Amino acid sequence: MKLFKTAFALLFSLNACFALAQEAPDVLAKRVMTEVIEIVKSDKAIQAGDQKRIAELVDAKVLPYFDFKHMTALAMGREWRSATPEQRDAVTAEFKTLLVRSYSNALSQYKNQVIDFKPLRMKPEDTDVIVRTEVRQAGAKPVAIDYQMDKREGAWKVYDVMVAGVSLVTNYRETFSQEIKSGGIDALVKSLKEKNGEAVKK
Amino acid sequence: MLRTCLCAASLLLLTLSGCATTATNPADPWESVNRKVYAVNDSLDRYALRPVAQGYKTVVPLPLRTNVSNFFGNIEDVWTGLNNLLQGKPREGASDFGRVAINSTIGILGLFDVATDIGLEKHEEDLGQTLGVWGMGPGPYVMLPLLGPSTVRDAGGSVPRYLLDPSSEISRIPLRNSVTALKLVNARAQLIGADSALDEAALDRYGYLRDFYLKSRQSQIFDGHPPREKDDYYE
Repeated sequence: MKLFKTAFALLFSLNACFALAQEAPDVLAKRVMTEVIEIVKSDKAIQAGDQKRIAELVDAKVLPYFDFKHMTALAMGREWRSATPEQRDAVTAEFKTLLVRSYSNALSQYKNQVIDFKPLRMKPEDTDVIVRTEVRQAGAKPVAIDYQMDKREGAWKVYDVMVAGVSLVTNYRETFSQEIKSGGIDALVKSLKEKNGEAVKK
Repeated sequence: MLRTCLCAASLLLLTLSGCATTATNPADPWESVNRKVYAVNDSLDRYALRPVAQGYKTVVPLPLRTNVSNFFGNIEDVWTGLNNLLQGKPREGASDFGRVAINSTIGILGLFDVATDIGLEKHEEDLGQTLGVWGMGPGPYVMLPLLGPSTVRDAGGSVPRYLLDPSSEISRIPLRNSVTALKLVNARAQLIGADSALDEAALDRYGYLRDFYLKSRQSQIFDGHPPREKDDYYE
């Protein structure tokens, strides 16, 4: 009987794995976001503004679906090509810290917004899609938040987030290229580090 | 001799113009002045406007703040409708005027946004966008004192809007000032949250705000679907 149960459980989890691998990008985005918002709503510590708790949640539930290397490449534009692998890793690490902190901050301000998922038009062979959502809030105009995702090695990941039609990632490009022009990629890493350090102190 | 001179001169010119383009962003030729204005705006906001807006948010309950936003939004819908017509979108324009008709009556002078509930979506159009649709470029970026980010096109486009604002018809000056103040504070209160996001995210707040403003205007001109340039260098 026990064996039967274990076998059943195993079958179930295998099935779940299989389902995940097959999951369409919009279904994935909706599942992750719904789950995260449920936790934010019900967790007393997060409601009280516990940053550590929010960071843990983001780390466990959201980060696996973000491709920070791709995001960094997008933010750096042409400069990504000329960067060495070490420089790429250094910028990615710092930029990731910055983005995660911004995202966590936005999440901690979540109140009673409603997220509408727009239907996704996608061909089965597509590997790059935009999942469109609209965030509605009483007394304010709805804000379009779109997630650009691509499929690499069988997994869909977000590599750009657009708010009101503006990419929050490429919005860094001007600032990044100014930094790189004035002191190279190392100067950019330094500025990002300073920004991250300043935020930790606060 | 003349040739060498010419050569040297053109070389000098080339280096100089090269310097000029690397020193400034082509969209923001007045950057140094703009940055100064931004610094003043920012202090005014930090020490006056933001605290007032924060207080307003604490004191006035959300349903009432929603009424305030709806009321001013209803007046804005008239301009949106007009601009939709100017942009050659009669369906959207008609829907906007329908919104005004419904919200001004059933919605009690615009205090309630009944129109959204019955499926007439709210749009946001202004003369700056209309000029953009007609093919006018944004011109140089300007940081307006008190009013914030704009461009020559958008600032020019907002002039008729200010001159023809219905609140300027209010003859009692204290009342008129109160209405303007309420509009300003209410608008600022809606940005609480977005402002701390900017603080958190930007390496250079001035630059991040500028680039966001310019791109979001571009997106608005294309009603949320701007042409996307392929500039992804990730392999």
